[in-house]
Amino acid sequence: MEEIGEPIARMPRIGEPAPPFEAVSTHGVLKLEDFKGSWLILFSHPADFTPVCTTEFIAFSEIHPELQKRKVELLGLSVDSVSSHIAWVRNVQEKTGVKIPFPIIADLNKEVSLSYGMIHPGQSKTETVRCVFIIDPDQVIRTILYYPLTTGRNMDEILRIIDALQTTDKNKVATPANWRPGDMVVVPPPNTQEMAEERLQQGYECVDWYLCRKKL
Amino acid sequence: MACVSPDGKPTESGTKMLRALQSGLGSPEEVANETGLPLFRVRSGLRELTQAGLADQKEDSYKLSDKGAELMK
Repeated sequence: MEEIGEPIARMPRIGEPAPPFEAVSTHGVLKLEDFKGSWLILFSHPADFTPVCTTEFIAFSEIHPELQKRKVELLGLSVDSVSSHIAWVRNVQEKTGVKIPFPIIADLNKEVSLSYGMIHPGQSKTETVRCVFIIDPDQVIRTILYYPLTTGRNMDEILRIIDALQTTDKNKVATPANWRPGDMVVVPPPNTQEMAEERLQQGYECVDWYLCRKKL
Repeated sequence: MACVSPDGKPTESGTKMLRALQSGLGSPEEVANETGLPLFRVRSGLRELTQAGLADQKEDSYKLSDKGAELMK
């Protein structure tokens, strides 16, 4: 007979509205809708006072000014208490001189973690894995990243994704592999034979009709 | 509570928001511009000040309540 386990919450997906929440944080009670109109990076970490998480929080703090220039807010989350979060960020500042400028959700009842699929029982039944949800100003999920407990996140890639999303939204283009701001972008592929033929006459740098690049 | 201390007094950020309301600003965006606080903090803070009875909300706009005005004297 099949064992009945914990019900698995449906995982949110790219292109869907971000699950709403109201949660206690180090900056007071926050709702998802408080971030409407801004980009939001909602990220989870396994636990306060742990080594990899501490390096990540310092790294997120370091890119915070760059994110602010791009109108992106940061919001951390773990299943620790708000007192633990406060003690940890104070300790990080005392020991490293880095002030954590963004709020951290204290998701003690795991309500937000479960609705965002942040707990992966194969890794840990009690801690959130390292998730990153990039949510746009309309509160639609645009990117989801999952990292295992043992691997700290790459801030360059997070900034690169933000730049790519904002560039593609603004210019209706796509970005190729390893794209960086200033590189050529990919023109969306044509939908008809006529558009494919026209495409080759439009002055783009084309490998063929389906892969054309242009400078912005 | 981020804007109101357990003793009922507004915190520094709460006081900034109340001062902005006192000057006649009403929308969260205006209060954020005036105080330099992030918009999400202002939205959350104004909600908290309203729950504490220090501000009144009408649709998307806020104003000092009588209790808030008394406190800011």
